[in-house]
Parts: sequence; structure tokens; C-alpha cells
Amino acid sequence: MTAATAGTRPARRKAKVRIGDRVFATTTIVAGSLILATLAAVAIFLVIQSIPALVAGAGELPNEAANFWQYVWPLVFGTVWAAFLALLFATPLSIGIALFITHYAPRRVSQTLGYIIDLLAAVPSVVFGLWGIATLAPFVQPFYQWLGDHLGWFPLFAPPVSGTGRTILTAAIVLAVMVIPIMTAICREVFLQAPRLHEEAALALGATRWEMVKMAVLPFARSGIVSAIMLGLGRALGETFAVAMVLSPAFLVKLAVLQPQNPNTIAANIALQFPEATGVSVNALVASGLVLFAVTLLVNILARWIIARRAAFSGANG
Amino acid sequence: MTVTTAPAPARSIRVTNTLASGRLPRGTAWMVLGGSWLFSVAFFALLAVAGATEGFTIVGAVFAGTILFDVVLYALSRIVEGARRALDRLVTSLVSTAFIIALLPLISLVWTVLVGGMARLDLSFFTQSMRNVVGEGGGALHAIAGTLLITLMTALISVPVGLLTSIYLVEYGRGPLAKAITFLVDVMTGIPSIVAGLFTFALFALILGPAVRNGFMGAVALSVLMIPVVVRSSEEILRLVPNELREASYALGVPKWLTILRIVLPTSLAGIVTGVMLAIARVIGETAPLLLVTGFTFSMNYNLFEDRMMTLPVFVYTQYTQAAGVSAQASIERAWTAALTLILIVMALNLIGRLIAKIFAPKRGL
Repeated sequence: MTAATAGTRPARRKAKVRIGDRVFATTTIVAGSLILATLAAVAIFLVIQSIPALVAGAGELPNEAANFWQYVWPLVFGTVWAAFLALLFATPLSIGIALFITHYAPRRVSQTLGYIIDLLAAVPSVVFGLWGIATLAPFVQPFYQWLGDHLGWFPLFAPPVSGTGRTILTAAIVLAVMVIPIMTAICREVFLQAPRLHEEAALALGATRWEMVKMAVLPFARSGIVSAIMLGLGRALGETFAVAMVLSPAFLVKLAVLQPQNPNTIAANIALQFPEATGVSVNALVASGLVLFAVTLLVNILARWIIARRAAFSGANG
Repeated sequence: MTVTTAPAPARSIRVTNTLASGRLPRGTAWMVLGGSWLFSVAFFALLAVAGATEGFTIVGAVFAGTILFDVVLYALSRIVEGARRALDRLVTSLVSTAFIIALLPLISLVWTVLVGGMARLDLSFFTQSMRNVVGEGGGALHAIAGTLLITLMTALISVPVGLLTSIYLVEYGRGPLAKAITFLVDVMTGIPSIVAGLFTFALFALILGPAVRNGFMGAVALSVLMIPVVVRSSEEILRLVPNELREASYALGVPKWLTILRIVLPTSLAGIVTGVMLAIARVIGETAPLLLVTGFTFSMNYNLFEDRMMTLPVFVYTQYTQAAGVSAQASIERAWTAALTLILIVMALNLIGRLIAKIFAPKRGL
């Protein structure tokens, strides 16, 4: 009789379940689920606190708004406009910096250069705000004056020019400086992943370095660049104090970037109004925060989705 | 036998090197760069001396000089080397310019904060609070204490949750829950800090009423921002631990949870500590949520669970924005010194974090 006969085989012993294993595994799952719960809680509690503002009628909301959407629209406009201007500066710069670090700078120093750019990310936003008021605004004001005097016919540069330089353009410059590190980090990562053999093939065929970058690196990195822009956008939309301190705000919708009255952003408006707000005003601020949350969540999900579509993309935010 | 070397023939015909012809000589770029910077600095200095501009700005001079360099180098290269190489040189110089432009704000910022912050960097700034201080004097002790306490509390909440989550993702997580957590952690890193503040306000307002402000709320708000950062960094580090170590441990009959506690965590400890340091450095400078939920005060407060609490970022903000009257200058100086202190703390945390990573990195056996 062979041992392979099914009937005589002893029942398979089950692995012993250890208490420690159970407890530990459950704890980690709870911790992980806590994150999901937190995100859900953020949404739920913001909605609960926003309801009074959403149903509020004319006369209850600040800034003489007839309803909540009328109240939030100029803020949404200011937020998007400032972030857009910031990305206008930051996108070419961070692509350039990332290219410089990955493909142009000598290998030995490139990591150090990366650290230096990361230092920018370490500066607290309130310090950026301080720097924006004290150094940047006076520095750029003469340029604004010149722009207003000579290019005033162009709608964006329409006079009157701000005498302090604390305009939405200055805020956008500060925002650009603040989002450059994260955008650079992601661009660097994708540029480094460009297939080495393609690059060498291009060079071997006699391409100059720029032609190599244009043909082998940039097409490969396109989706990475797009997601870097989206993540930068997410940061720029939510940045608070750099804008709150630099901007001299008003409650309006306007494209001109050099004037003393500028559309405020949601985050800056919350920071400025919240300490003194009472009653429905608080709910209105929370509701505007909810709008900001929804917008940034959407932008971030889109960005992460674009990244996730690329296989083997790791640790862009580490 | 002696070998006599013939004297080199003195011919005047110069052979052109075909490989180097039509190229700019080596080092041209650097010379052009130096030249344009010199020219631009001289130009701006002249303007300043002549009184056309108010004061000499080195940042503007360097910026203009760099732009000049791009243009001159392109023109030179276009003449000598032709369109393709000229374009290559233009891009090279533009890319370097982008880097320099990014450096300018950093240098300018560090310089401004250093100059502004030196004025009050004295003993009384670190030993006094702002209680009953009108005008000059006073310090940020209450803000420093508040920042340290709130950050400590934040770390106490975020590190266990973040670390356990990353252990789940690396050691246990399979299937949709792990995928969802990974995705949402990434999304959470993008939550605006002010939204985290509003969330905490909304949460505590429902429980304790809308007027409540205390340090613990600040810690909760900062945790929302810090947990995802901790998860991301520790997850990356835990994935670096070689599987052979885990398998060796299992083979010896060690249960999984002890393997994680005794093998995986000690191996990656240095990296985890580094990640935590960097995460703390990121949240310690957050202003918006703290202004909303911890408020501000002028007095010392060591109790996280009661009353408003001052923190350094909020101190910078309030001192600067509430500067008014005859003592405005004193207030602004305090703001700058607090900003300098904040930057120093953040830099120190960053530096310590990177040093730990470097010194205690696990030695890779051969």
C-alpha cells in the first residue's frame, strides 16, 4: 500500500494562530482604516458646518452677498487666477531646474543641487509671506510701475498701479517659489526614468544634447510633467499665508494683476476673516473651505491617477 | 650610442583640427557668464551711484546679467557654430538660468531673515513672553513652548498611526483596502493646511461649542497633515528591508509580529526616524490651522487642553500684522527674529534627520 492513498493521510494540521499576530495585524488595519475615516470625517464635518451658510439668504452673509454662490464666486476666481499665474512661472522654471539637475549639471554635484532646491520647501509659509511683503513687493514695484506706464493698454497691466507692489502678481510669484520644489522633485524623478538607451542612441546618431532631450526625454516624461503641474496646482490653490500677507485684498472679480485692489483667495480669506468671524460668517468660511477642499481633492486625485497609470513610479513625494 | 633629437621643425603652417573647428573654444560659456555678470553689476552700480535707482540690488544685477549671458552666448554660438549648436547652447544656458533664478529667492530670503532677525536675537527673546509687554522688549518664550508642546503632541498622534499604517501597507496589505489607503494617503498629502484647520474646528465645535480653542486641537489639525507624510516615508523605508531577513526569521520559527518588531523595524529605524524628522519639519512651520484652532495669546500656557496657545508661526504673523503705533518697529523686529528662530529649528530638524539617515544607515553586507 502506498502512502499516497488519500484515506490514510492524517488531516492537515492548521497553523497555530498566535494572539500576538492577531492583535498586531488588527492594530495595523485599524491604523490604516483610521486614515480613510479621517478623510471621510473631514468631508462630513465640513459639510455639517457649511449647511447654515448654504441655506442662508440675502442679508445674512458677509460682503452683502445674496446667496452663498455669490459670496464664494469671487474667492474661487481669485484662488484659481492666483494659482494659474503661479504655475505660469513655476512650470517652465521647474522643468528647467529638473533638466539642469538630471541632464546638465555634473553628476557629482547634482544631488547637492537637488538638496538646495529642497531647502526651499523647508521654509515655512509664514516666512515666505514676510519675505513677500518686506523684500519682494518693494523690489518688483518699480517694474510694475514701468509695465503700467508702458503696457497699460494691455488689459492685464491696466493702471492704476499699486504703490506698494502688494498685488496678485506678487502673490503669484511667491506661490511659484513655494511650489517649485515639489514640481521639480517629480519632474526630476520622471526625467531620470527616461530610458538610458534611447538617450544614448540619440547622442550616437549625432543629436546635440537638446535634441536628445527633446526626442528621448520629454516625450517619455510628458505625463509625469502633467501630474507635476497638477500637484503644484493643488499646492498653490491651498496655500494660505503667503497670499494672506502679501495680497491687499478686495471683494471683486478682476483680471488686472497690477492694481491695488485684488481678488482674494479662499484660503487667505479664511485666514484673515476667521479670527473675527461670528455666526453665519463662520459657516460661510467653512463652506468656502469645503469648496477649496473639493477642488484640491479633485486636482490631486487627477494628478495621482495620471501618476498611477504609469507603472513603476515610486515615491515622488518622499 | 646617443640619440640626438632633432630640433622641432619651425614651420609656420597651422594645421586646423577638424574636430574642433567651427566650435567655440572651451570655457567660452564661463567667460561670457562672468563677463555678463561683471557688466551687469557695473551697470547697476553706476545706476545706483547716479541715483537713478534707490539703492543697489545685487539680485537684480545677477538676474539681468544672467539674461544677458543667454543672449550673448546664443549670438556668439549662432555666428561660429551654426543654428543647431546655438540652439543647444541656448537651452543649456536657459536651463542653468532657471536654476539660478530659483536660487535667487532662496538667497534673498535667507539674507533678509538673517538681517532682520539679528536685531532681537538676544537672551530676553528666549526667556520672556509677551505678557504685559507694550512696546519694546518681550520675547517669544510662550510661542516657542507652545510650538514644542503642540509639535510633540502631533508627533505622539501621527507617528504610531503613520507607522502602523505603513506596516500594514508593506507587511499585510493586499487587495482593495491597501490600494485605497495608498491612493488616499497620496491624496491626503495634498489637503490644504487651512482645510485641516477648518476640519478640526468643525469637529470640536460640534462637541465643545464654536468658541473653543486649545493646543490639542492644533495637534489634531497638524496630525491630519503629518500622518500621510509619515506613512509615505516609512513605507518607502520598510520596503527597502531585504526579504531574506524576514524569511530567515520565519525559518527560525519566529512569529510574524515579532519578526516585524524585532527584525524589520530595527533594520529600518534610522530611515524611519529621518522620515519622522522631515515630517515634523514640514508641519512645525504650518500657520493656517494653528491660527484657526489654537488662536493666539500673549501669556505662557503649558496646558494643551485648555485655553489658547501661542505658536511660533502665529507669533510671526500676529507680531507683523499687529505692528502699529510708536512701537511698530519693535514688533516687526520680534516677528523677524521669530521667523529666524523658526527657520533655524526647521533647518536643524532637516539636518539632524539627514545625519541620522547617513550615520545609522544599515550596513549592506556583501
